[in-house]
Order: sequence, then C-alpha cells, then structure tokens
Amino acid sequence: MVYVDAPSTERPPAAVRRRWTGARAAGLMLMVLWALLGLSIIYMLVMGYDPEKVAKYGPRILSGIWVTLHLVALSLLLGVLISIPVAAGRLSHNPIIGGIAFGYSYFFRGTPLLAQTFLVYYGAGQFTAELKAIGLWVFFKDAYFCAVLTFSLNTAAYQAEILAGAIRSVPSGQWQAADSLGLRHVVTMGKIILPQALITALRPYGNEVILMIKASAIASIITVLDLMGQTRYAFSKSYDLQIYIWAAVIYLVTVEVLRRLWDLMERRLTRHLRR
Amino acid sequence: MANYMELLSFGDTGWGDELARGVLVTVTLALATLPLGLLIGFLIAVAKNSSEPLLRNAAHVYTTIFRGLPELLTLFLIYYGGQMAMSALWRLLFGHAFEVNSYVAGMIALALVFSSYASEVFLSAFRGITLGQYEGAYALGLSRPRTMLLVILPQLIRLALPGLSNLWLNLLKDTSLVSVIGLTDLLRNTNIAVGVTKQAFFFFFVACSLYLVMSIISSFGLRRVSVWAERGEGRR
Repeated sequence: MVYVDAPSTERPPAAVRRRWTGARAAGLMLMVLWALLGLSIIYMLVMGYDPEKVAKYGPRILSGIWVTLHLVALSLLLGVLISIPVAAGRLSHNPIIGGIAFGYSYFFRGTPLLAQTFLVYYGAGQFTAELKAIGLWVFFKDAYFCAVLTFSLNTAAYQAEILAGAIRSVPSGQWQAADSLGLRHVVTMGKIILPQALITALRPYGNEVILMIKASAIASIITVLDLMGQTRYAFSKSYDLQIYIWAAVIYLVTVEVLRRLWDLMERRLTRHLRR
Repeated sequence: MANYMELLSFGDTGWGDELARGVLVTVTLALATLPLGLLIGFLIAVAKNSSEPLLRNAAHVYTTIFRGLPELLTLFLIYYGGQMAMSALWRLLFGHAFEVNSYVAGMIALALVFSSYASEVFLSAFRGITLGQYEGAYALGLSRPRTMLLVILPQLIRLALPGLSNLWLNLLKDTSLVSVIGLTDLLRNTNIAVGVTKQAFFFFFVACSLYLVMSIISSFGLRRVSVWAERGEGRR
C-alpha cells in the first residue's frame, strides 16, 4: 500500500511584505545619495576626459604608482628585519634591553610619521659636514632614501609590537611541553612558537601593510614623486580636481584588493583551525 | 647648550612661544574634531548594527572609503574640493568667491577619518552587549531611544573605551597633516623656526618630544576616564 499525499489545496503562505520603517527609508536615501555621488564622479571623470592631460600626466601617475609600491615594499621588508631584534628586546627579561626596545617603540608609535620624516630628511641637513665625512651624505640627501629609512623605522616599531604580542599570546604550556621534550630554545621558537604566533599576527600584519600604503602618501611632502607626489604635481600644474579623484580611486582599489587578497590568504592558512 | 635654551625661550629671540601656540592649535583641533568624529562614528555604528540591509550597506560604503584613502588625500580632497564646490556655490548665490578655512577643512577631514575607524570600534562594542539588555529594557517599558541612552550607551562607552583611546592618540598624530594646508599647528611653526634658524634636527626633535608629551598626558587622562567608566564594575 502506497500512501500518496493528497495535493495540498492550500496556497503557499504569501511572502512577508517588508514594512517601510524609518531605518529603511533612511537607508534608501543614503544609498541613493552614495549612488548620486558615485555617478557624478563617474560623469565628471568621463566628461572631463582630456586626452592631452592624460598624455601629459598619465605616465607620471603610472610611475608614481610604481614608486609608491616599491617604497612600501622596501620599507615593509626592512621593517620586518628591524622588528625582529626590537621584538626580542620587548620580550626580554633584562630591564635595560627591555627599556631600550620600549623607548624605541614608544617614540616611533607616539609621534607623527610626518614629524619623523622631517626629523630625518631636514634634520640630516644640519649634519651635512659630518655625514659627508663618513660618506653617508649621498644617502641622506635623497628624499627617497630618507623616506624608506623613516618608514622602515616606523613600521618596525609597530611590527615589533605585533610580533611580541603574538609570541606572548602563545600559551606557556607550549613552551613547557617543548622543554620537557628536550628541544633547544631555538628549535622551540622556530618550530613550535613562531608558527602559532604568526597565525595570530596575520591579521595585524595585513592591517600594517594597508596602513603603510596609506602612510606612504606622506613621502610626497618631502618631494618624493610617489603616486601622491605626482598627483600633487599634476594638480599644481593643471588645477584640475579630477587628478585627486583618480588618485583616490587608485588608492581605494589598491587597498581593497590587498584587503581581499589578505582575507583569502588568511582563510587558506587557517583552514586547519576551522571546524 | 645655552644656545639651545635661548632658541626655545619665549619672546622675540626664542621660538618657545611660537611652539607653544602651535601646541595649542594642535590640541584644540584634535579636541574640536573629537565630538564630531564620535557622533558621526556612533551614528554609522548604529546604522551598521541595523537590521535594514540598505542602511547597513550605506554605512559600510562610508567606512570603506574613508578607511581606504590616505589621510593626506582625504585632507586635500576636502580642502581643494571644498574650496571649488563652495566657491562655485557662493558665486552662484552671492557673486563672489569663498575662502575655505583650513582649520575647518582639517577638522572635517580628520572627523571623517576618525569616525570611520570609531564606527568599527563602536560596532564591536555593540556586539559585546547581550540581547537580554535590550529585552530587559523593553520589558521595563523603556522606549527605544531611552533604552539606547540609559541602558546601552553607558555599557557601550566602557566597552569602546580602549579602542577609542587608541583612536584619540592617532587623531593627535594625524593633526600634524594639517600643517601641509597651511594651518599653523605645532609642526608648521616648527618648520618656520627651522627655516629661520637652520637648526632642523634640534627643532624637529623638540616637536617630536612635544607630541610624545601630549600622548603621555593623554594616556594619563584616558586612564582616569577608564577608571571612571569602569566604576560600576566593582573590584576584582
């Protein structure tokens, strides 16, 4: 005997109609406002498209993007190198070493990057004779190198805090277990502590990369022709606001792409932690 | 050494008074930006916390833009863009140009940046408040605005304070950018002093130290605020 369900005579329940609340009206209004703003910017960029200006400033902007990218990449890499001893200092039990590392980190995190950049770039000018004597003047007279130096020192302070915090966040049982297995300190650090710590540090590191890209615009103030510098140059020549809008679009796209890539990478690297 | 002391003295020969005036501009700019940034940030967080997807998305667009742009670029966009827009408007209405105040432009730009970060801090604080708090308040017959004001906000402040403290320190540092659009803040006055005296390293070091002193004083102040915010928590 097979039971067959009688075809239902009832209609499926009507879809719940969403009510018009104040929040919905406000949301719609704001979205329309954003859309209008976006459209007017697109309109401005399309209507204001000027082949002459593009030919004149386009290559400059492209070279600016390139300068920004390698300025940021170089600073971040140097920052990683400098941050290792600083992080070690922050974790040290020796009060003098710990104090020095804390002072370094506090100075670079507590003062504006712009002021630090001025301190290095213009400050070096006060010691021209001394720097020439030891052959370092070639380095310090170049705004690009000064920017790299300042940004590396600055990001190293932040990266050291990230690294030290991540290492501290690994439970002490991990150390004890490794000790009881008779592993050497270096092996414990490299094989047990760091792999776990770096997973924790992944997100803050991603934030630091994005902050660095944004902060690199500061280099333009000491005459480095990065994306911002080229934009400022083009604006001062043409007095055309579109150039700033283009720069804004480029920065936004760069940051968004990077953020998403980092999210993907994090998901891939933490796939063993997901349940 | 005596030479350096003289450079920092107050009066015609020294630059102490100029630097002090710069510190005043820096501090007042940050203090003027704070309430504006907190208010916008709070409203954006409420929007992000809304059950209405349109409102949530509108708020997320705001954060994406102002967290993704370099602060310097936001400042230029507001300063030059505002200058052009206001001038066009003013010429239309009154037939003459309009001068955008660099202080106001700086304040708006900093508030946009601050609020987009603050909204994320408020949002995670909202998530730290359990649903039972709302339900309890509604059960007592409190209206939605009163629930927000009397029940949620006091807890929100406590939860958001550590994040907001960091943002305040960032704001204090970000004010240095307004020196680029000609506002005579600490860094701008330091630049002027350097231009006259040629003692670049010395003066920029002094400026950095003054910023450090400002953040140290802020840290003490913020610690007192956090003690105040946690007064209902009892001793642990």
